[in-house]
Amino acid sequence: MSWFSDTISSTLGRKVLMALTGLFLIIFLLVHLIGNFQLLHADDGQAFNIYAKFMTSNPIIKTTSYLLYATFIIHIVWAILLSVQNKKARPVGYAVSAAATNSSWSSRNMGILGTIVFIFLVLHLKHFWYEMHWGGIPTVMYDGVEFKDLYAVVNMAYGELWYVVFYVLAMGGLMFHLYHGFQSAFQTLGLNHPKYTPVIKGVGIVYSIAVPAAFAAIPLIMFLRTI
Amino acid sequence: MKLDSKIPEGPLSEKWSKHKFNVKLVNPANKRKYDIIVVGTGLAGASAAASFGELGYNVKAFCFQDSPRRAHSIAAQGGINAAKNYQNDGDSIFRLFYDTVKGGDYRSREANVHRLAEVSVDIIDQCVAQGVPFAREYGGLLANRSFGGAQVSRTFYAKGQTGQQLLLGAYSALSRQVANGKVKMYSREDMLDVVMKDGQARGIITRNLITGKIESHSAHAVVLATGGYGNVFYLSTNAMGSNVTAAWRAHKKGAFFANPCFTQIHPTCIPVSGDHQSKLTLMSESLRNDGRVWVPKAVEDAEKIRKGELKPTNLPEDKRDYYLEVRYPSFGNLVPRDVASRNAKNVCDEGRGVAKSGLAVYLDFADAIKRDGRDAIEGRYGNLFDMYQQITGENPYETPMMIYPAVHYTMGGLWVDYNLMTTVPGLYAIGEANFSDHGANRLGASALMQGLADGYFVIPYTIGDYLAKMPYDKLSTDDEVFKTAEKEVKERIYTLLNIKGSKTVDDFHKALGLIMWEYCGMSRNAEGLKKAKGEIKKLKEDFWKDVNVIGSNEELNQSLEKANRVADLLELGELMVDDALDRAESCGGHFREESQTEEGEALRIDDEYSYVSAWEFKGEGEEEVLNKEDLIFENVKLTQRSYK
Amino acid sequence: MRIKLKVWRQKNNKDKGGFKTYDLEDISTDMSFLEMFDVLNEKLVRQGEDPVHFDHDCREGICGMCSLYINGKPHGPKQTTTCQLHMRSFSDGDTITVEPWRATAFPVLKDLVVDRSAFDRVIQSGGYVSVNTGGVPDANEIPIPKKAADKAMDAATCIGCGACVAACKNASAMLFVSAKISQFALLPQGQTERKTRAEKMVAQMDAEGFGACTNTGACSAECPKEISLTNIAMMNREFFGAKLSSDNI
Repeated sequence: MSWFSDTISSTLGRKVLMALTGLFLIIFLLVHLIGNFQLLHADDGQAFNIYAKFMTSNPIIKTTSYLLYATFIIHIVWAILLSVQNKKARPVGYAVSAAATNSSWSSRNMGILGTIVFIFLVLHLKHFWYEMHWGGIPTVMYDGVEFKDLYAVVNMAYGELWYVVFYVLAMGGLMFHLYHGFQSAFQTLGLNHPKYTPVIKGVGIVYSIAVPAAFAAIPLIMFLRTI
Repeated sequence: MKLDSKIPEGPLSEKWSKHKFNVKLVNPANKRKYDIIVVGTGLAGASAAASFGELGYNVKAFCFQDSPRRAHSIAAQGGINAAKNYQNDGDSIFRLFYDTVKGGDYRSREANVHRLAEVSVDIIDQCVAQGVPFAREYGGLLANRSFGGAQVSRTFYAKGQTGQQLLLGAYSALSRQVANGKVKMYSREDMLDVVMKDGQARGIITRNLITGKIESHSAHAVVLATGGYGNVFYLSTNAMGSNVTAAWRAHKKGAFFANPCFTQIHPTCIPVSGDHQSKLTLMSESLRNDGRVWVPKAVEDAEKIRKGELKPTNLPEDKRDYYLEVRYPSFGNLVPRDVASRNAKNVCDEGRGVAKSGLAVYLDFADAIKRDGRDAIEGRYGNLFDMYQQITGENPYETPMMIYPAVHYTMGGLWVDYNLMTTVPGLYAIGEANFSDHGANRLGASALMQGLADGYFVIPYTIGDYLAKMPYDKLSTDDEVFKTAEKEVKERIYTLLNIKGSKTVDDFHKALGLIMWEYCGMSRNAEGLKKAKGEIKKLKEDFWKDVNVIGSNEELNQSLEKANRVADLLELGELMVDDALDRAESCGGHFREESQTEEGEALRIDDEYSYVSAWEFKGEGEEEVLNKEDLIFENVKLTQRSYK
Repeated sequence: MRIKLKVWRQKNNKDKGGFKTYDLEDISTDMSFLEMFDVLNEKLVRQGEDPVHFDHDCREGICGMCSLYINGKPHGPKQTTTCQLHMRSFSDGDTITVEPWRATAFPVLKDLVVDRSAFDRVIQSGGYVSVNTGGVPDANEIPIPKKAADKAMDAATCIGCGACVAACKNASAMLFVSAKISQFALLPQGQTERKTRAEKMVAQMDAEGFGACTNTGACSAECPKEISLTNIAMMNREFFGAKLSSDNI
């Protein structure tokens, strides 16, 4: 299997892992967003809590979630590996840089943007995912069945201004991360074609703006409701 | 000394095949016992080194650039000739041979030129097999264009970058041999001497340009593919690093130098813009396929244009002189280079030149754009037009291009026999470095052809004839001859470094260039040449007294590299003048004012000058001795060239 | 015009190096950037100082030898080679900072001269069609669709200057390597060694210490020959296609 390890440890292999995991995470984001919309139902969180239980108990979803964790880890670890390797490729930098004239800001700052998203992710997981799985969450009863009231936890968090501001800023970071990452993943996978690349780029722009914006809108709305 | 050109017996078209049969062969198993040094990695050098490696010889290849891919062959734009007759327009090996001999104004060897035409077809096959992306028709077959001096379309091209693509092809073949371990590549290494033992060339001395280390390299044969000496004019289309050093040091070790005065002035270069100019840029001759050359008919109009009072586009047709079309109705703008250049000089001398300096003529694409559309012209010459705009700041789609002749190629070079061996046994010269195929003028798209012909298809055969007679023993670089040669090279370098005079190397180079351009340029006369000789002698003395070379030998030292080269160019310049003075006829690129027809065209004097001048070095401070190789024409009739 | 030049000076590979500032007057706008350096060097030699070393040869934009990083961009403000950059692209009184290419794979030799032999080794690893001289078919026996030939030509037009590496924030050589892989992948002549070539050239590229691609597009934006990013996409396809299907273990 040396050919296999050679392949994925090559600069191209590492990039492809970034692209594949990135695309998987892009799909995950969409699914996550659809779930989050449940928060907006005016039903004191019933729809959301039912959804949350489904997501943590359904065997297929559970299996998929392990894949998702792996994906996150690979995407992050490989990003660090690549950054270290890339840094080694130019230990002495330039005194003057005019990079703004030849490349987009987001493409040059994927590491920083990714770090912002990562910090967000850690807090996010701590607040909700960890609480949901192992924390002491209050429960509610719907039709005689007990549900963890994740909605209450979320609602409380989104009532805090600092958290909402942090959330919105992080989504800004995600927006720029996706803005480059979406089309970049296709290029890395070798999909560059005069017919399809403009479409990919268009979808990428729409996606990278719409999805983070929709994510950010939810805590904003919930925050506004609390006032 | 009697020069033996070793031209095989028999009918012209059979000479090469017979010769290939008659030369001695080296058994495949024995080839690995021979070492060959190749200096220079342009088309000739790279193709030769690669081919030697493929055959099984051990090769050491040298170039002064940082990579073999940078050799100046890369700058050739227009194309490469081959007698493929793919266009069904009547081309043939004999026609290419005939055109080349005629284009060279009957000062080349018939047998060599015929061989060149024969192998031209193989070159295209070889390059295509290597993946050279030649231009193609929609049907998928190769496209051709026409070039100066020919009435058939036989030029293969890759956009305006044919030289680049052919060189990259040869470079890739060379790289393959490097990977195979058959070629050891030495980049950033300058050859500074040939090492002789028992009258044979047995190695070279080089300077590592990074460390300054003087190194000895031993071999059974040495091949010089070191290009031409156009930089003797300071301003030329040659690369900044192009130099005569390798060839000149070989000359001083006994290799005769042939026809040094035959230099080609290319008609379509971007005019000089000021004193700061470091080199001239060529615009491919292929531009003359569609561009029309003109100057104003009246001196007054030209004056107005020069002052910027009149725009060339506003000058009506009847006030323009399309002088090439008028004087040479059958060839028109596609007359050979020497004719086009001289005519440009003449109209400028008459005061009808354009540009601020008055040293330029127009090359106008307005009609072609009207006829074929801007897109078509852009497709053909887009990159050249861009380059022109980059350099001059003017848009050639809107205003006519300005061009002026510039030194471009040197037909002269080391004298070689039919095997491409110089007068020093074991020392070969190929490509522009030798003199053999272009006579007194080279046709467009023939330099690439000759470089690759020599490297791929001639020397791989002929070198075996010599090696087969050589013992296998390798000469140790500890041998006395290497030590002596190293010592001489070092002494010369330390002398240069210790002069510590007041002038820069460029000061001398520029001064030499001015003398050469003035007296030994587009037209020459006995009086001027005699004057030039005195001035060069003086300049040379001055150089060795007053040049300032900064730094030391043991480092990357570009001043020292330049000084070494200019020192040799100074000596060569003197020989060029001697040669131009001896040849009191006009032929090809060599125009002696004393020898012209009533209409002012070049007048050859075949009875007296139908020979190759091969100059022999006799020692420092001694006059060189002229040896003559008579040229015999059995297959073409000598006529005054006419492109009317 | 007057120019203030801030130039990287470094005696040799071992030296630490640093910037030195020079003032130049009477610079003509028609001068090329390198001719401006000639003026500086003539001045330095007259003062008995070591001239600034820089690589250059053909001075017509095709040999790929010139390699200056000017005001934060390889080959300066125009998308061309340094030798084709003219002083009319600058203004009177400008300060121009000139640095060497910076990359682990391109060590500085002196001043602005770097060692780009890594590129040669990448080509040696597979950037050729393995045909010996002679014994090849007639040129027209290999018909090639014009479009494929033109695309191959566009890729083959690379001059190997290294601006792509210099421009890339990761000092990645993917544009250079992909141009050669694409050229041969597009042509019938390149098919026999297609897979091995992609595998070997990428391996050599990595061994030389070039960085990875993050698709910023800076390489192509700065490439004097406008080599397209589609070549990198093609290289990626070629490489993974080869890795999955070749029998090289």
